[in-house]
Amino acid sequence: MPVETTASGIPLYAVPVLGPALPEIIMAVGVLALVLYGALRGERSTGVVTAAAIALMAFILGFILTMSGDTQVTFADAFITDGFARFMKALVLIGAIVALAMSREHFRRLGIDRFEYPLLILLAAIGMMVMISANDLIALYLGLELQSLAAYVIASFHRDNARSTEAGLKYFVLGALASGMLLYGSSLVYGFTGTVSFPEIAAVVAEGANPGVIFGLVFIAAGIAFKVSAVPFHMWTPDVYQGAPTPVTAFFASAPKVAAMALAVRVFIGAFPTIVDQWQQIIVFIAVLSMFLGAFAAIGQRDIKRLMAYSSIANIGFALLGLAAGTQEGVQAVLVYMAIYLVMTLGVFACILSMRRGGVELETIDDLAGTGRTHPGFAFAMAMLMLSLAGIPPLAGFIGKYYAFWAAVEAGLVVFAVLGVIASVIGAYYYLRIAKIIYFDEPVGSYEPMPGMLRGVMTISAVFVVGFWLVPAPLVAAAGAAARSLF
Amino acid sequence: MFGFGILSGLLILPLIGAAFILTLRGDEAAIRNNARWAALATTIVTFLLSLVAWARFDTGSPDFQLVESHAWLMETTRFTLGVDGFSLPFVLLTTFLMPFCILASWETIKTRIKEYMVAFLVLEALMIGVFVALDLVLFYIFFEAGLIPMFLIIGIWGGKRRIYASFKFFLYTLLGSVLMLIAIVAMYWQAGTSDIPTLLAHDFPVSLQTWLWLAFFASFAVKMPMWPVHTWLPDAHVEAPTAGSVILAGILLKMGGYGFIRFSIPMFPDASLYFAPMVFALSVIAIVYTSFVALMQEDMKKLIAYSSVAHMGFVTMGLFSLTPQGIEGAMFQMISHGLISGALFLCVGVIYDRMHTREIKAYGGLVNRMPLYGVAFLLFTMANVGLPGTSGFVGEFLTLIGTFQANFWVAFVATSGVILSACYALWLYWRVMNGRLEKPELQAIPDLDRREVLLLAPLGILVIYYGVQPQVILDAFAAPTQALLANAYPVLQAGATLAGVQ
Repeated sequence: MPVETTASGIPLYAVPVLGPALPEIIMAVGVLALVLYGALRGERSTGVVTAAAIALMAFILGFILTMSGDTQVTFADAFITDGFARFMKALVLIGAIVALAMSREHFRRLGIDRFEYPLLILLAAIGMMVMISANDLIALYLGLELQSLAAYVIASFHRDNARSTEAGLKYFVLGALASGMLLYGSSLVYGFTGTVSFPEIAAVVAEGANPGVIFGLVFIAAGIAFKVSAVPFHMWTPDVYQGAPTPVTAFFASAPKVAAMALAVRVFIGAFPTIVDQWQQIIVFIAVLSMFLGAFAAIGQRDIKRLMAYSSIANIGFALLGLAAGTQEGVQAVLVYMAIYLVMTLGVFACILSMRRGGVELETIDDLAGTGRTHPGFAFAMAMLMLSLAGIPPLAGFIGKYYAFWAAVEAGLVVFAVLGVIASVIGAYYYLRIAKIIYFDEPVGSYEPMPGMLRGVMTISAVFVVGFWLVPAPLVAAAGAAARSLF
Repeated sequence: MFGFGILSGLLILPLIGAAFILTLRGDEAAIRNNARWAALATTIVTFLLSLVAWARFDTGSPDFQLVESHAWLMETTRFTLGVDGFSLPFVLLTTFLMPFCILASWETIKTRIKEYMVAFLVLEALMIGVFVALDLVLFYIFFEAGLIPMFLIIGIWGGKRRIYASFKFFLYTLLGSVLMLIAIVAMYWQAGTSDIPTLLAHDFPVSLQTWLWLAFFASFAVKMPMWPVHTWLPDAHVEAPTAGSVILAGILLKMGGYGFIRFSIPMFPDASLYFAPMVFALSVIAIVYTSFVALMQEDMKKLIAYSSVAHMGFVTMGLFSLTPQGIEGAMFQMISHGLISGALFLCVGVIYDRMHTREIKAYGGLVNRMPLYGVAFLLFTMANVGLPGTSGFVGEFLTLIGTFQANFWVAFVATSGVILSACYALWLYWRVMNGRLEKPELQAIPDLDRREVLLLAPLGILVIYYGVQPQVILDAFAAPTQALLANAYPVLQAGATLAGVQ
């Protein structure tokens, strides 16, 4: 690209259009301001910083929803906003807001309510938004690392707790390895195509895929599989979920998963749309393995956070099945699935966070025994969320799975769709077992009263999973419009 | 009315009742009382509304009626409701049996009665949904969603092995049904819609039909249940509370047969013809084998459960004979079995409530102390055997006539099932009711009280009425059966007319 120069030969770069990236810019400036405020005020500022962070993200959420859904690029095509980005960013922000709002009470009890936490969540959110809007390999890596580095720190946020620090360290080491693989794959793709921009890679690949590119693609796929915690790169998930403080786990299970799926869509659909059959086999492979491993491994779990880790592995498997279709319907399925998954996950973690007795956090599924009698509302919400994760109609989780199978069958992946439904029946066993513990077993004692915030999140998500099937059209149509923007 | 028709009214009414019961507050006794009465009132009003639907229904027409359609998932997947001659009788059966279920639980359910009533009302709405859904995805949702309340009903208010039974029930039927989901999606992409009337007119390629048929078969065969996938049923029946058994035998099992007549037979005619011999074989095995198994049961509920499997064998056999008599007879058999088996489970419930055991050995000579009960039990036992004059006879006889035209030997073997059913049913009656009343704990057993008479009398009257006047129900089935056979099986029809002329 020829660059204009001044008379004396100094290159002249035009200031890039900032409009498309305005939400990220505002958020970044906001974070810096809050860092200053926090640093000056010290620990006392936690409440204000948390509230300000939530308000900032809520503002950005509103801002993004009012932005036009037209496709715009900026920063030399490295950054793109379109209907897809808008949809995914809204999900990520909702996840981050709710996860942050649910954390305050919990951290105060642990004595670790520091002002850095909301800031790190904000930074992670910016990273995720950049991931979603990435239109070249550099932006992708930038966003991913910003998100990951923040995540490593908050995983070990309870730093006096051995399990929490272990979780952070494990996450960091394995995450760094995954980033390395992703970077290696990116450099191969760059080397063989001569460009980092997704549309240009797509144009080069359309003329014939060099084995080197495919080699690089495999490494990128491995890196992404780590981030979405798909088999065989899932090993960190149960340990990190279990070790990290529960509100942090709630965050990990929600927003970053959505962002990583968005990233996968951007890379596979954006940069390699013409070699669907090449990457389809990889995605199908990890999707099916994830569904089955998630279903089988969760059966033996008593710890509810580990169980949720395997549940998320299985659920990501279903979403990946939609992605594997490689069609517009496939992307629509991913979007519908992730939106529903986000709500279910946040609801379940709101329930888990409220399982406290005598000031102690309860973490095993047996602690749910008999809540059907002692806490009917809580029990109903938890049971419905679990059955929804299992994909039992008419709950929302079923609609998500329906769309995943819908897309997979259209793309001719019938065998894998059949494997998927079988895995979902196996998975139904352990979700049912939780419903059984809640309703059929004898009560062992009651919980402390539920904080209003958690009650609100739980109620909203329970109402969502139970009632969604009656009015699914708005979400499905929005996902369809968002998916269309990629094709 | 607000853009909603009478069928959505049928879906919403029980849910309103359930929501009302959920809001009940106050002391334990008041809640219990109000929940019962509210549930009873809701089910009765729903029944009356379904009678209105019946009054507005034109039996002579094979088309879907009372159709309403609302925007739903997508343009091609809409919230469409409607009934035809095949489905309306099942809607009526559902709404008719529900008040009995509530009444049957009046005294026997002592814990968490509010939740119990809510679960039953939700279940009622979902079951009605199965029969009125005119969209495949919607049908699937209703078909599967019923598992959740039934799982809770068996698991919370069931017997000793309730947890095992509830899990087996749920996972077994779920595994059967999920393949149907894939078939539904495949049909969607094949025909471009999940609208049932459109799909009924769509010609699916023969090779695809085979797979679709098998996927639907897996689901309906488990639900029905057909031999050899019937093993969940005895467990579920034995552990479920009485009303749960009534619903299971009376309505949930009928969803399998309804599925065959709504989807498999009209949509996949080639595959149905191809697989009919297999269905015959399985049906005949079910009729003979499970009758023998029933003969050996020690537990009354288990015996009736196995007899249900045998009777459902007549249904599948009749359906796949693909003759007018066979299909109408099978449909009639389902309605009649819904009444009879429901009544039999209520009968077992009556003595279970008094003695808290279902062991046949624990009883004997009851007729000496319970004459009214003896009459009722005898009536339903005879109806179960298929005595002429009861509704049980009509269904079995018609299915046998239909099957006789399709395959002599199948009908021949199946007829032996009639004899076997007489053996186990009469033997059961003999052991429980007749002989000398020797057991000391039975000496003081009271006869039916008012509530129980109220429960059993209407069922008994209907069983005899439909035995004498089967035309009332058969008329509903006639038009759609004719249309089905003419549209999907023109070859068979031509052959049949030819044979008729000669």
